[in-house]
Amino acid sequence: MKVQKLAELLGAKVLCGAEKLETAEVDYVYAADLMSDVLAFALPGTLLLTGLTNIQIIRTAQMLDLPAILFVRGKHPQEETVRLASQVGLPLLISDKSMYETSGIIFQAGVAPCPIPERGE
Amino acid sequence: MGAPYVVEFEIAKDDFLAAGEGSGSVKDTLKMLGIPSAVIRRAAIITYEAEMNLVIHGGGGVLKILISPEKVEIVARDDGPGIPDVELAMREGFSTAPDRIREMGFGAGMGLPNIKRNADSLEIESAVGVGTTLTASIDLSGEGGPA
Repeated sequence: MKVQKLAELLGAKVLCGAEKLETAEVDYVYAADLMSDVLAFALPGTLLLTGLTNIQIIRTAQMLDLPAILFVRGKHPQEETVRLASQVGLPLLISDKSMYETSGIIFQAGVAPCPIPERGE
Repeated sequence: MGAPYVVEFEIAKDDFLAAGEGSGSVKDTLKMLGIPSAVIRRAAIITYEAEMNLVIHGGGGVLKILISPEKVEIVARDDGPGIPDVELAMREGFSTAPDRIREMGFGAGMGLPNIKRNADSLEIESAVGVGTTLTASIDLSGEGGPA
């Protein structure tokens, strides 16, 4: 699913990277506030849902080639976070919904969770 | 077989704004050298977790990447406090990171296990009061898939 369609589905606000919304493709979603978990499980093409707003969120996304980041429950990322994302052309979105609600809406729209290798996926 | 291509970065203590910059450059370098994307991904995760460890625990240090036709080797060296029990530190969930680090989404005791998961070999030499050297490598001879 395109990031643009997800943004519409959630009524999310786009902070930067608007030019990529029509092309960036989301194959999976991972929702976490623990970046090491994200580093362990998020595959390329994974949209990250998080409530953390610091610059390391962008670095994590860069390491993993994530297509976009969505901040939940209206949390606004820090200035340096938005600056780095703009530099590297990573779309940032904000949803006023909670992590659970956001996850539920995307799950219902049919986007798969990241496979967990430890359970044989 | 010539000498490996080497990139090296000084990593500053407690600099969370800059943390990850070195790893980002390493990723770009690997891409430029035409390393397969599955290997780049594993190397990026190892480098980034190792860099965060240098920032959080090592009091800063040196991150060095050696790239040869046979392997990508990542070496993180610090003169920090050292790890008293490496086996314990390798356990998922074991952490000595302060709360301010956890609030940033790190320090949950996943870093070293993540490094191990992505490496074909991992060695940690550590002495209390002297420092730690972590050496992780990824073979380039195989498919480059998950370790």
